[in-house]
Amino acid sequence: MRLIAENLRCVRGGRELYDGLSFSAAAGEILLLTGPNGAGKTSLLRQIAGLLPLDGGALRLEGGEIADEAHFVGHAAAVKDALTVAENLAFWSTLYGRESLPLGAALERLRLQALENLPARVLSAGQKRRLALARLLTISRKLWLLDEPDAALDKEGRDTLLGILTEHRARGGIAVIASHGTLPLASASHVSLGNDADARAA
Amino acid sequence: MSRAIFAILKRDLALSFRAGGGAGIGVIFFLAVVMVVPFAIGPDQKLLSQIGPAILWSGALLASLLGLDRIFGADADDGSLDLLLLAPLPLEVIAFAKALAHWLATGLPLVLATPLLGLLLGVPLNTLGATALMLLIGTPAIAFLGLIGAALAATLPRAGMLIAVLIVPFTIPVLIFGTAATAAAISDASPFGTAFKFLCALLLFSFVIGPVAAAAALRIGRGT
Amino acid sequence: MPKTPRMKVSDLANPNRFMRLSNWLIPLFAVIAVPLLAYGFYLGFQAPPERDQSYIFRIMFVHVPSAWLALGIYTMMTVAALGTLVWRHPLADVAQKAAAPFGAAFALICLVTGSIWGYPTWGTFWEWDGRLTSMLVLFLIYLGIISLWRAFDEPLAAAKAVAILTLVGFINIPIVKFSVDWWSGLHQKASVFRLDGPTMHPVYLYPLMTCALGFSFLFGAMLMVAMRTELARRRVRTLTIFVAQEAR
Repeated sequence: MRLIAENLRCVRGGRELYDGLSFSAAAGEILLLTGPNGAGKTSLLRQIAGLLPLDGGALRLEGGEIADEAHFVGHAAAVKDALTVAENLAFWSTLYGRESLPLGAALERLRLQALENLPARVLSAGQKRRLALARLLTISRKLWLLDEPDAALDKEGRDTLLGILTEHRARGGIAVIASHGTLPLASASHVSLGNDADARAA
Repeated sequence: MSRAIFAILKRDLALSFRAGGGAGIGVIFFLAVVMVVPFAIGPDQKLLSQIGPAILWSGALLASLLGLDRIFGADADDGSLDLLLLAPLPLEVIAFAKALAHWLATGLPLVLATPLLGLLLGVPLNTLGATALMLLIGTPAIAFLGLIGAALAATLPRAGMLIAVLIVPFTIPVLIFGTAATAAAISDASPFGTAFKFLCALLLFSFVIGPVAAAAALRIGRGT
Repeated sequence: MPKTPRMKVSDLANPNRFMRLSNWLIPLFAVIAVPLLAYGFYLGFQAPPERDQSYIFRIMFVHVPSAWLALGIYTMMTVAALGTLVWRHPLADVAQKAAAPFGAAFALICLVTGSIWGYPTWGTFWEWDGRLTSMLVLFLIYLGIISLWRAFDEPLAAAKAVAILTLVGFINIPIVKFSVDWWSGLHQKASVFRLDGPTMHPVYLYPLMTCALGFSFLFGAMLMVAMRTELARRRVRTLTIFVAQEAR
């Protein structure tokens, strides 16, 4: 399995964010998107996910279809305050099918099991983010697209995130992560957007 | 797939009925509209009972339209809309399920309240049932047509009245045939005449055009 | 051994005190209400129908007390609203939130029983005359208040908004009371609460007052139960927030 991007271009609000962007990521690889705010990290992730059309270039996944193999965890946690933690997770798991890890185990991995039957409105921002990340464990997909997954997480939360990322890589998964550089992922490839005008895959 | 559809129905209904979800406000608004008309016209009982069905239809239409922004509004706000767009289920099916949930939570209570409100307007007893039946067919048609407006304005804040304005022209045929069918039920022996058949046809039409157009609108809007 | 200090009225504001008080007040009110209502209905069945009224007139013993309660409960809610806004009494908004559904229920009972009573006499279930309309408006105001409570996530945030709405709506109460005098319509004129004293014959007046008193005690008991439920609900809410914070 290999994600290949060729000459991607993105125009938002009349401004060209990037052009001629090419990179690839193989199974077990993490691609880290870095750059200042407004550089186009979120837009790139959304283009890969299929939420934003490509203004140029091509994207493909060798060994599958992006639509079938990817899961997107965006900036907003997609958590409904009026539903319980378990109900929130159960809904997306049912909708996306291919349940891999049972809900209880996923919540436990993200240290949310004590909150299982509480309404999500009492969760802190960090807990809501962990609930969003729990989706990745119950919906088994090979390609993870994460937009600043460490936002609002404390040290323990970041360790948990790194833990599940390591497990994902070991299973042969790919992850494309937009980050401000706060995640200590030493063995990740980098794609820099923004003031380094050309894209480099390190 | 049916598991997923039930999951959407269950979730949207739960969200409507729990605190902050706005269930019941549609019926109260319906009551308010029905109450306002006699104040405006004057308590002329004979006139009121003649135009009673029309008032009921107008009130139900307005109450249905003003709630439409709830279908996609909350999902757009918290990022759920992105996940719905990416789900393996066809977007048309998701839109259908959401429209159905919306009608069950807001439209069906209107239909159930119609006989009581009809009494307030002096609508003849034997026609209350017919009016409710026609609204039972008309309100889902309005909801499914309204789905299109809801999808177009999904990402706009406070789009309630905008959506109502956009969708009103498309719901006018429902209003025309609905009131005609109700009038036929009142005056003729059989309510199942031409107007009723057209009303049913509109309903089936909305079941198809609503979700398809709404899905297209959501996909086009995803660029934002 | 230190002396237990005497209880002051302001101690009623303490939720725990209220819970202890209501433990015996609720059964007391219930025990008072049931025989009152039983006796009231019994007297009511004894009363002969007047002139051309059919026997359905006996629904009056439910209809009139319901009307009085619908108005009275709203007045109680208005006082509670002042309690929330002006005196900042901690139980005021609990009382107001608990009372609203009962007020709406009594208003609805009044409207429905009135329609049933009126139908054989007037030939119609409804007429847009002053009293019926203003009672319907009162019902709508109740529904609006209940909706506003439900629209908020956090009950304390709702309290102030609902209090203001209640105060504004109070203008409708005198309108309902005097509507039969100001506008002529189907509804009969006031025959109990008049400056000259009641014009109603004692054979109807006594069961009416008995039923009204019985319903009032019934409402009192139900209100306290609803207030306890609301306090429990808020306690649960605080606990869930606490659990979430502890879990980090």
